[in-house]
Amino acid sequence: MLHLALFAFFGIICVAGAINLLVQRHPINSALSLVVVMASLAAEYLLLGAEFVAAIQVIVYAGAIMVLFIFTIMLLNAGEEERTKGSRVAILLGVPGVVIGAVLVAWVLIHHSNTQSVTIGALLGDPKSIARLLFSDFLLPFEVTSVLILIAIMGAVVLASRPGAVARPQTTPAAAKEENEGPQLVAAGRERR
Amino acid sequence: MTPNLYLWLIPVLPLAGAAINGFFGRSFSKKTISAVALFFPGIAFLYALDIAAMFSSSAAPYFCELAPWIRAGAFHADFAFYLDQLSLVMLLVVTGVGFLIHIYSVGYMADDDGYYRFMSYLNLFMFFMLTLILAKNYLLMFIGWEGVGLASYLLIGFWFIKDSAASAGKKAFIVNRIGDFGFLIALFLLIKHFGTLDFTKLFEQIAAQPVEAAGIGTLTSIGLLLMVGAAGKSAQIPLYVWLPDAMEGPTPVSALIHAATMVTAGVYMVARSHAIFERAPGALTVVAIVGTLTALFAATIGICQTDIKKVLAYSTVSQLGYMFMACGVAAFSAGIFHLMTHAFFKGLLFLAAGSVIHGVGGEQDMRKMGGLRQYMPVTFATMGIATLAIAGIPGLAGFFSKDEILWKAYSSPYGSWIYWLIGVVTAFITSFYMFRLMYMTFAGDYRGATASAAHAHGDRSHGHGHGEPHESPWVMLGPLVVLAILSVFGGWIGVGGRFEHFLAPVFQSAPAADTVGETASSGVEHLLMAVSIVAAGLGWILAWLLYSRLPKLPGVIAEAFGSLYRAVANKYYIDELYAVLFVKPVVDGSSAILWKGVDQGIIDAIVNNAADAARHTSDNLRHMQSGNLRSYAGWVAAGGAVVIAYMIWMGVR
Amino acid sequence: MTSVTAIPLPYYLILSGILFVCGVLGFLIKRNIITIFMSIELMLNGVNLSFVAFAAHWHVLSGQVFVFFVMVVAAAEAAVGLAIIIAVYRTRETLNVDQVNLLKL
Repeated sequence: MLHLALFAFFGIICVAGAINLLVQRHPINSALSLVVVMASLAAEYLLLGAEFVAAIQVIVYAGAIMVLFIFTIMLLNAGEEERTKGSRVAILLGVPGVVIGAVLVAWVLIHHSNTQSVTIGALLGDPKSIARLLFSDFLLPFEVTSVLILIAIMGAVVLASRPGAVARPQTTPAAAKEENEGPQLVAAGRERR
Repeated sequence: MTPNLYLWLIPVLPLAGAAINGFFGRSFSKKTISAVALFFPGIAFLYALDIAAMFSSSAAPYFCELAPWIRAGAFHADFAFYLDQLSLVMLLVVTGVGFLIHIYSVGYMADDDGYYRFMSYLNLFMFFMLTLILAKNYLLMFIGWEGVGLASYLLIGFWFIKDSAASAGKKAFIVNRIGDFGFLIALFLLIKHFGTLDFTKLFEQIAAQPVEAAGIGTLTSIGLLLMVGAAGKSAQIPLYVWLPDAMEGPTPVSALIHAATMVTAGVYMVARSHAIFERAPGALTVVAIVGTLTALFAATIGICQTDIKKVLAYSTVSQLGYMFMACGVAAFSAGIFHLMTHAFFKGLLFLAAGSVIHGVGGEQDMRKMGGLRQYMPVTFATMGIATLAIAGIPGLAGFFSKDEILWKAYSSPYGSWIYWLIGVVTAFITSFYMFRLMYMTFAGDYRGATASAAHAHGDRSHGHGHGEPHESPWVMLGPLVVLAILSVFGGWIGVGGRFEHFLAPVFQSAPAADTVGETASSGVEHLLMAVSIVAAGLGWILAWLLYSRLPKLPGVIAEAFGSLYRAVANKYYIDELYAVLFVKPVVDGSSAILWKGVDQGIIDAIVNNAADAARHTSDNLRHMQSGNLRSYAGWVAAGGAVVIAYMIWMGVR
Repeated sequence: MTSVTAIPLPYYLILSGILFVCGVLGFLIKRNIITIFMSIELMLNGVNLSFVAFAAHWHVLSGQVFVFFVMVVAAAEAAVGLAIIIAVYRTRETLNVDQVNLLKL
């Protein structure tokens, strides 16, 4: 009973956060509500007995990725969204499509699933068991993802760097000139706001 | 059954000549072309003479089975040639007169650029005509039939740069085609009812059939349809309209094809099918009526024509009418006899007319001729002989054959005095217009243009502009002389019924009840002969009066008869009538239905609309690629929903 | 120790579905690139939840391991994606997705 209440409580927070993400106009508000969603999801994971996953959800997802998002928002000085003429197709086709898909899935779930209930705590996802799996059955994906992260790091560094400020030895005047561009860009963004 | 005569050589030799000249003639010299073109028909003619010498009536008919052709179930049609008395007569006429005209053409067409083409086409025509004559079954004959139509088209439109010549060629071919359609239906009926087209097998079966009563029975309809085909090929009413237009071709073509040989193919075919006609009296009557009417009709048109070749063209139509009249009263041998003599004198008339045209530098209008007698004595003499022959002056060839026809028209069981009367009237008219032609051309003073004007007009190859009219070279006069001799003596074959006797084995399959020949006595025969001689003489005298003694009189008569004269001079407006009745509806209907409706409306529309549809579809699909991220996302979401729905549906089922 | 209670699996799935749908709607509706990116993260979170729910249902731990991998990939993707957004911002000087429409011909 308590568990159902907890589930409902955290579930409502999730949904509220998600809807808030849609509704807010300023991206920073959307980012913060996303953090809320992730935190409550971590609680849900705990209810399912997935301790490790809950932990890394908070540490990695909410703690690192969302922080990255917030840093980017601050770097680019993203302002409130303007009203621009969007795409009609997105609204006319996409929204009904999504709604229909969701309704269908929900209908199937409710009417045709004869699954049992999930027992709380029946499966404990403690780090030891997960590690055991990770380094035996899932060793290859593990290694591959580590390479993936490496690539991502390199890509991010290259893409986000200022043009000409990476890897190539520059003559001093050019380098000096380009170093001024960054603040100018930021200043330009501030002016536009 | 018979010694192998290699009959197939006779058609094939001119074909070889046509092929050599046709493919390689462009690079040959004139001498080489002439040599090739004369050599092959010459050999064919000599071989025909040889066969004639060897020919023995007792062993006729000769077959020459060359190769199998169509074997469709029980129906056979082979490449097989056939020689009996009838084909022998036709063979000699075609090869002989044809060879003479080839010689003539060497002189006449010498200046033409398309000389090799002309000779090639002439040889090609000989091949088809000989195939027609020597064929052993109707199908091979039909090949020759169509082939001579093709050769006629090629030769009429020989100077195809001239619009009128090209149109005349088309007209000839199309009108022929109408006749061929009838011929084909007749062949289909023959196959359906008798299962074969081979002459010997077919006529054996037909001989067992009884005479059909009046009404449209099988044999009558076959006969009528064969007559349609013959009317097309031999220029009878209503399909004669192509022959006067065919005078656009060079004069040797007119002589060979439209006087001596091709137009007689219809008569030959009717004679060959005599077994059918003898058992279908209805068809015979139609043949006789058509022939008689045509003879009279064409003769009346001929009296008002001013172009020398057109007069001869209508004369040909009229004489062909005589031949059909003969066939229509079951006097087939008389018809063939007239065919033979007609080949002589009409061929001669055309060749001489060509000589006249050549001599005056291309002028064909008789009103601009006259007094040519002193300039062209040989031409005058030969043409005079031919005119006497065609008019039926006693002693010459035409007299015997025409008289034979008139007598049979009167006395045959199928004949009647009406045919005879119209025939005599036509003979009077024939004599009149032929002597009119002679007086206008050769008598009196020369009314033609002088040197400078003679340059300008006329046949393409005759822009000599020699100033004075002059005689033609001997290469052209030689054949004239030979044909003149034949016109004089050729008729003596028929005296005393020898010709008829010769052809009797061919025509002997008449039903038993009709082997009774003349019923009247020979006294009547002599009386009728005298009447026809008087008619011919009257025609001559009238022509002499109007065109030699009182030259102003024709003009006065023409004025007096005003509209009637104009109607006759304009050929009774038959061409205009056909244009309104047949040509215009077909052209307009084709333009409206087939061109606008089918070609533009359906076929073009399909193609154009397919292209338009593709363009519109792509125009609309273009909007999918807008570059806008959100619309792409929208499409993805929609597509995802479709996939989910499908999977759920599959899962739930 | 409380008595073992059970929450029906469909509840978790519906929650996961709601999160996912919100993510898709955000992707379609929002105009700021960064917000769109965050909607993608929301979608991933929804999917993670269903993975963990099923792992608990079938008593198989691989589901949670897979969630681990999903998070790793999401991290990498977020890093690179944000770097791209920065690069785009430098050239186009706007964060409005409708104005980054060079994708068409």
